[in-house]
Amino acid sequence: MLSVFDAAEVSAAVVDAGARGVLARGAGRSYGDAAQNGGGLVLDLMGRTSFDVADDGSVTAYAGVVLGDLIPGLVAKGRFLPVTPGTRYITVGGAIAADVHGKNHHRDGAFGDHVRWIELITADGTLHRLARDGSFDEQRIFYSTVGGMGLTGVIVRACFDTIPAPTSAVRVDTERFNDLDSLMAAMVAGDDRYRYSVAWVDGTAKGAKLGRGVLTRGDHAQVAEVYGQPLKAIPTGNAPKLASPPIPMSPLNRLSIGMFNEAYFRRAPKHRVGEIQGLAAFFYPLDVLAGWNHVYGPGGFLQYQFAVPDSGADVVRSSLERLGSIGAPSFLSVLKRFGPGRTRSPLSFPIQGWTLAIDVPTRVNGLAGVLDGLDELVLAAGGRLYLAKDSRMSPHTLESGYKQLDEFRAVRSDLDPRGVFTSDLARRLQI
Amino acid sequence: MTDALSRPTSVLLVGGTSDIAIATLHALRSPVLRRVVIAARPSEGRDAVMSDLERAGYLGVEAVDFDAADTASHEAMLDASFAAGDIDVVLVAFGVLGDQLDFEEHPDHAVEAAQVNYVGGVSVCLRTAQRMKTQGHGALVVLSSVAGERARRSNFVYGSTKAGLDSLASGLADSLHGSGVQVLIVRPGFVHTSMTSHLAPAPLSVTAEDVADAVVSGLKRGATVVYVPATLRVVMSGLRHVPRAVFRKLPI
Ligand SMILES: Cc1cc2nc3c(=O)[nH]c(=O)nc-3n(C[C@H](O)[C@H](O)[C@H](O)COP(=O)(O)OP(=O)(O)OC[C@H]3O[C@@H](n4cnc5c(N)ncnc54)[C@H](O)[C@@H]3O)c2cc1C
Ligand SMILES: NC(=O)c1ccc[n+]([C@@H]2O[C@H](COP(=O)([O-])OP(=O)(O)OC[C@H]3O[C@@H](n4cnc5c(N)ncnc54)[C@H](OP(=O)(O)O)[C@@H]3O)[C@@H](O)[C@H]2O)c1
Repeated sequence: MLSVFDAAEVSAAVVDAGARGVLARGAGRSYGDAAQNGGGLVLDLMGRTSFDVADDGSVTAYAGVVLGDLIPGLVAKGRFLPVTPGTRYITVGGAIAADVHGKNHHRDGAFGDHVRWIELITADGTLHRLARDGSFDEQRIFYSTVGGMGLTGVIVRACFDTIPAPTSAVRVDTERFNDLDSLMAAMVAGDDRYRYSVAWVDGTAKGAKLGRGVLTRGDHAQVAEVYGQPLKAIPTGNAPKLASPPIPMSPLNRLSIGMFNEAYFRRAPKHRVGEIQGLAAFFYPLDVLAGWNHVYGPGGFLQYQFAVPDSGADVVRSSLERLGSIGAPSFLSVLKRFGPGRTRSPLSFPIQGWTLAIDVPTRVNGLAGVLDGLDELVLAAGGRLYLAKDSRMSPHTLESGYKQLDEFRAVRSDLDPRGVFTSDLARRLQI
Repeated sequence: MTDALSRPTSVLLVGGTSDIAIATLHALRSPVLRRVVIAARPSEGRDAVMSDLERAGYLGVEAVDFDAADTASHEAMLDASFAAGDIDVVLVAFGVLGDQLDFEEHPDHAVEAAQVNYVGGVSVCLRTAQRMKTQGHGALVVLSSVAGERARRSNFVYGSTKAGLDSLASGLADSLHGSGVQVLIVRPGFVHTSMTSHLAPAPLSVTAEDVADAVVSGLKRGATVVYVPATLRVVMSGLRHVPRAVFRKLPI
């Protein structure tokens, strides 16, 4: 891994890259091998942390800037990130390269929808300023880079719009549902009334309780709503080291994961309206648990996240059922509705409909077969898997899910005929 | 790239006609497997393996010529195998058992066996290690044997070739620590395969499929040594300490 600071250093590293190629890395928060390049060069861009918030709320930042570090400055100006994933320890580069989505996708789209321009260093070492409303050629590269998983080049700087946030609080409605159908029906019926919506699903409940869950929806609170309410300030500072020590408790097993889910479900109110929460509590509940991903004990875990159109809603039920049938306990299953996807970005993940993210310990017997079977259901429903979380799909699953893969390949071979930019993910999936 | 469920996308079987190699390939098979290289001497046996695999629906199966004794050709064999992309698992499965009495009567035969099992193994393992180090990932699986753990009166020539190979692999495992490359040393006891079909089975005998399962789980766990069956680990550790005068007379 090579730390690079400015465009000249990136450019030199790219031009000198050896046979195993080069790849930009952000904070390394993607789940699989997207940010790895075995035997090759990986560029660490996190050394340059400067950014600027303009009066119109737009942010211009170097690619290695951590999203969480932007929040205090934004909040001070009455703004917030246009899109944020479930962790704030990711970089601007990683947000664009994976075209990340948040709880507001149904309303605001993905991160890429808010990007005005990027500066990209391509395989020949040159720097391009690419605007979303630029020339035809510029746009072709811009849209492929959004969601392009670092395979078109190195993003060094970007400018994106933000959204208004009158306070640093969120007004939240919470509702508990005893089964999957009622949960999904409520989401279909009511999500449009909220900017943010996400459901936590009990990945261990079976039978009639299958898919029971807690739906939290909300929007940035208005000043009048929080007047007089004590608010916890959102902690800032740098991301904790990834290699944090394991949580000092016995690794979660099937029983304790079941207990966790049960407790979480019971703790949630049946129906509570207008609760005021801090930003961190609402957007980043997992970030307080540094090292939470060690909870499964040795062997690790993987995330399985798919998106299917509304017509494929059944796949949500089938995946919970099938994973339940092999006793694959999930600590964290998250269900969300997506708004329309951006077809101009060939590798951008979201498509209108449903997305379910499930994490499971890799050591569960029969897991490989069940997930391969789920891939087929997802594909048959016209869906796809999320590259930023994948660590096991086949090249066939990728190709069938992303119908515009060849467009992406064409852009890549124009920009980078020798394949200088590559990753373990790209090799594994023959992107 | 091996995926998060330890499933390889590409496999090279050196000694690709071996029963254990084929059983291991079947156990490693998954929808992400897309390339299989069979390195073996050209023969009817190899042709049969190729058509069996194609009939079974394996993708990207190809054969490359490989003679363990001809170490000068190994560089080209590995170049050909790695040319089309990274290889996730290389299984070193070639070997000859020979006959102890024949070896004693014809030392030339013993030298030939050592040339194949040990010298050929040195050549293939070191050349593979170089390539895996470059690619930054991969697993080298070496078929050793419990016969190498303490040479027995009844087959010490074969045992010594496996002892040499085993030591090489064990040192290689240490040298590759931290490189992303795993070395897995497999120490089976008696396995029912074409190599042993003329012999009476020893106690604790296993099948090629048992060896394959042990390889798959060893790869998953990131192990360096597996015994097949697993109980042999204890048996061998006992046998290592049996006094020579007694060991010499044991009916093994
Ligand atoms: C707890 C947790 C919750 C998450 N929740 C969500 C969620 O709700 N929604 C969601 O969409 N994702 C989510 N993710 C996934 C995460 O947002 C993405 O994987 C994101 O891309 C990680 O950004 P990063 O900066 O860590 O990038 P890395 O993981 O380092 O890299 C990700 C990809 O971006 C590329 N990349 C990074 N920087 C650059 C650059 N400067 N130029 C070109 N390419 C670059 C890399 O090559 C790689 O392909 C979550 C992850 C975690 C750990
Ligand atoms: N069976 C057991 O009980 C047992 C126990 C412990 C360890 N092992 C080891 O396991 C490995 C696999 O054996 P197996 O049981 O599967 O036996 P097998 O089916 O007889 O396989 C042996 C393989 O070695 C190949 N070979 C022999 N000489 C060669 C040479 N000069 N060049 C290239 N290939 C050569 C053979 O290829 P051809 O088709 O070209 O002859 C054959 O494919 C061997 O290393 C063996 O020592 C076996």
